[in-house]
Amino acid sequence: MTQFKMHLLVCGGTGCRASESEQLFHSLKKEVSEKGLENEVQVITTGCFGFCEKGPIVKVMPDNTFYTQVKPDDAIEIIAEHVIKGRKVNRLLYVNPETEERVSDSKHMGFYRKQLRIALRNCGFIDPENIEEYISRDGYAALAKCLTEMTPAQVIEEMKKSGLRGRGGGGFPTGLKWEITSKSQADQKYVVCNADEGDPGAFMDRSILEGDPHSVIEAMAICGYCIGATKGVVYIRAEYPLAVERLKIAMKQASEFGLLGKNIFGTDFEFEIDIRYGAGAFVCGEETALIHSMEGLRGEPTIKPPFPSVSGYLEKPTNVNNVETFANVPVIINKGADWFASIGSEKSKGTKVFALAGKINNVGLIEVPMGTTLRDIIFEIGGGIKDGKKFKAVQTGGPSGGCLTEKHLDIQIDFDSLTAAGSMMGSGGMIVLDEDDCMVSIAKFYLDFTVEESCGKCAPCRIGNKRLNEMLEKICEGKGTMKDLDLLRNLSHVVKDTSLCGLGQTSPNPVLSTMDNFYDEYLAHIVDHKCPSGQCKALLQYVIEAENCVGCTACARNCPVNAIAGERKGIHVIDQVTCIKCGACLEKCKFNAVFIK
Amino acid sequence: MTKITSLADLKNIKASVEAKMSLRERSETPDSMVQIRVAMATCGIASGAKIVMDYLINELDKRSIPAIVSQTGCMGYCYAEPTIEVTRPGHQPLVFGYVDSKKADQIIEKYIKNGELLDGIIPVNYENIEGK
Repeated sequence: MTQFKMHLLVCGGTGCRASESEQLFHSLKKEVSEKGLENEVQVITTGCFGFCEKGPIVKVMPDNTFYTQVKPDDAIEIIAEHVIKGRKVNRLLYVNPETEERVSDSKHMGFYRKQLRIALRNCGFIDPENIEEYISRDGYAALAKCLTEMTPAQVIEEMKKSGLRGRGGGGFPTGLKWEITSKSQADQKYVVCNADEGDPGAFMDRSILEGDPHSVIEAMAICGYCIGATKGVVYIRAEYPLAVERLKIAMKQASEFGLLGKNIFGTDFEFEIDIRYGAGAFVCGEETALIHSMEGLRGEPTIKPPFPSVSGYLEKPTNVNNVETFANVPVIINKGADWFASIGSEKSKGTKVFALAGKINNVGLIEVPMGTTLRDIIFEIGGGIKDGKKFKAVQTGGPSGGCLTEKHLDIQIDFDSLTAAGSMMGSGGMIVLDEDDCMVSIAKFYLDFTVEESCGKCAPCRIGNKRLNEMLEKICEGKGTMKDLDLLRNLSHVVKDTSLCGLGQTSPNPVLSTMDNFYDEYLAHIVDHKCPSGQCKALLQYVIEAENCVGCTACARNCPVNAIAGERKGIHVIDQVTCIKCGACLEKCKFNAVFIK
Repeated sequence: MTKITSLADLKNIKASVEAKMSLRERSETPDSMVQIRVAMATCGIASGAKIVMDYLINELDKRSIPAIVSQTGCMGYCYAEPTIEVTRPGHQPLVFGYVDSKKADQIIEKYIKNGELLDGIIPVNYENIEGK
């Protein structure tokens, strides 16, 4: 058999696809066949490499060359130069933003150096639509081991020993959850995979399903074996079409190989998986709401108990785990609980995937051991703040989390340390903010989201969040009073304490944490009627400095609402009542006469 | 489609795709195995570098030596083409000149397997910026 000399891995994640990675894949294939290299060079679509900032990505193996922002037309050069002549295409190599040097391969990129990929182990490495590539990476070996060598109780024991905690946000011990469900008595039980990823900015679950769908299928079957379920359901939002497609392909392949269905690995264990689509409601990430949505009812939470482990989907015992949690399971079985437990911090084992977004150089998906510091994540892996600006805060945990500041940068992050610092792990969204971001506006942004996403079932969440949002709006407009601040804090606590489900119980967190860490910004809005970072439009005033104004009329001609008056060669004045603060005058003035007050 | 009904079936599939995947697997940990770079500029290819590279890839595989064989551009030793640079784990790279299949066979047997030096080593006359 002739061996391939070179593999070209093209990212086929949603992010890179949006920038034409599919066309790129086809042009690479075409070039390869035109040059007669089909037997030497293999072109493969993979899942996400995580380096979404600079997509589409092409990685060349064996030399680990990492090409960024590759266009379909670049295929010709890559094949002619790199593949045929062995000369790397310099202009496509990744540029280290600090040194401005081109980095020849991924082993020398700061982005990958501090990462440890367990859940993302196959993303960007295998072709997600090829089950054999998954098997070659020890795929389904964990399922085989469980079914043929271990009892359900032993597997559960192993999971408990590993210390794996739910990656969807709650951090509940996975082994314990399995054990509770396994003890419920019923004629039918269900394994549910929660793929209803709803946090703004988080996309790890989508990337895992797009890049390594078999790992989730395998883990669901293992869970089914442990709890005594023969049916699994993946609840996934319909706006993840690529993830759905890859998952379907993977399910079909697994059935063809006999890894789903009856008599798996020659035992009498059987397992089937079904897909249910969600309409993309944030509240359906909550497990009772998710189950109701699966049943065709309104996606509203109900009071626990009964817990799903006792009475869940169709009133049968149901075990709900998140995608990332499942992706860790096969590795734990293969490598052992002790190995897994040796990674991470004291109470949080293993790794966590974070979606880095915001004002950071390397936007993307990363996976680090629990206990890594925020500083390492933001400045080493993330490559620091964009445009050399100053770091202000990082928002973790999405709409349920809070903001951490400079003083928190050296915290070793895990479930407990983040909660202690007034934020939370959540599903792992991480939005980095710089000096230009207004913290009151950020709090309002998240409240806008929760107001929109609240299901409206319980009053504290439905009405309370709305009132919180109105107060924040008032402050952003400079109409807030000191009394509002007290009210804001009190109402936040009421909403937290009295809401029915996790959505309302955590939705005031962004408000409370910004009030704790950036109280002076709230004061500036209320007392001085100023927005320190210049984001709140209502608090800005565009004024013309009489000394610098030469009367060129450029500002007046460009003002969309005719708010600027003045004679030619005379001093111009902005009418503050008419002004909509669009900034057109500031942009057009060549004499630095317009400034923001 | 044959169904997988036992662990042995699974292992068979794994073994059958191993050759295809090994190139990627090995690239994950390049420092732990023998790395060979074949100079494949115009002069190298004209002197037979392609044949040498194919030979190395197939022979190393046959002899079960985990290695990464990649191609590189002109190393500047055009008088001695085809040239290859061999890096054993933990050792400085060595450059061999005038490599043909026979020479490649000796390099595998003597240098790669046993660390024995042989004729045809080109003294390295440059420093790498990575070492600076």
